[in-house]
Amino acid sequence: MDTASAQLIAMAIAAGLGVLGPGIGIGLIGGKAMEAIGRNPEASGKVVSNMILAIVFTEALGILALVVSFIIRFVAA
Amino acid sequence: MDTGISVVLKAEQVGSILGLSVTNSLLMTWLVMLLLIGFAFYFRSTLALIPGKLQAGVEWLFEGVLNYMTETLEDERIARRFFPLVMTIFLFIFLGNELAFLPGIGSVGFHAADGFIPLLRSPGADLNFTLALALIAFFTIEITGIVILGFWKYAGKYINVRSPIGFVVGLIEMLSNVGRIVSFSFRLFGNVFAGEVMIVVAGFFVAYFLPVPLMAFEMFVGFIQAVVFAMLTLFFIKLAIMEPHGEEAH
Repeated sequence: MDTASAQLIAMAIAAGLGVLGPGIGIGLIGGKAMEAIGRNPEASGKVVSNMILAIVFTEALGILALVVSFIIRFVAA
Repeated sequence: MDTGISVVLKAEQVGSILGLSVTNSLLMTWLVMLLLIGFAFYFRSTLALIPGKLQAGVEWLFEGVLNYMTETLEDERIARRFFPLVMTIFLFIFLGNELAFLPGIGSVGFHAADGFIPLLRSPGADLNFTLALALIAFFTIEITGIVILGFWKYAGKYINVRSPIGFVVGLIEMLSNVGRIVSFSFRLFGNVFAGEVMIVVAGFFVAYFLPVPLMAFEMFVGFIQAVVFAMLTLFFIKLAIMEPHGEEAH
């Protein structure tokens, strides 16, 4: 296997596995937020803003994996 | 291997002043600064006792943020002291992120020896910009903790010799404080940079049509990231000025 194809595979694995965790996490956050809104619809504004904050934290991890995959693909020799 | 998609991880140099290189991200940062400073002077000259539409809008925004900060910090004096920093971080990042979607940015440039170099580039897509903001936030947070709690009390949060577990927890706290620099800077950089790359790649698949909804989404992301950066600075200031937990608190 030459370097270029190894790079491609590495990029795909880094991006694919990297978004797996955040995907599960965002799903859990969203689900729990929906549950909370269902229990107490009055507080939906507060729940949604906190949900977005939590999602941003989780999403940052996926983005990190994406950046790493870009670095593998476009920067590393 | 040539794929036709050009992704440039670091900001390109467009010139130099006194031996210091000026990159296209830096130019864009200066543009944002000029716009904000210009707006501030313009706004000051139009201030009136009876607010117009613009003044009412800005006052509504600032008052809302200040109220939220007072609520979070539970101290109006401290909230007023940190309001300029938090608001500036928000406006600076927000304007930088949103301006990047104007036509001409990233497409107007010149041809140099090593290919096309755009004249302007989204500031958030350069790690130097986000790292600088992260360092400002980090030092503000730490120095605030020291000034408000006093050096020994603040250090006592991290170096705790009362129990072995407390000692380890303190060390972990200290490490996570330093880790904030990394998470602060890479969160913003990653989001903006990944957004740009995503738009480029989408334009490669379905030109003109697919990038439009993605750009709308990225504008939302740019706003959210600006809010998150400012809010996290606020929350960490709040954590830094909180009294350390004594043994009696448990």
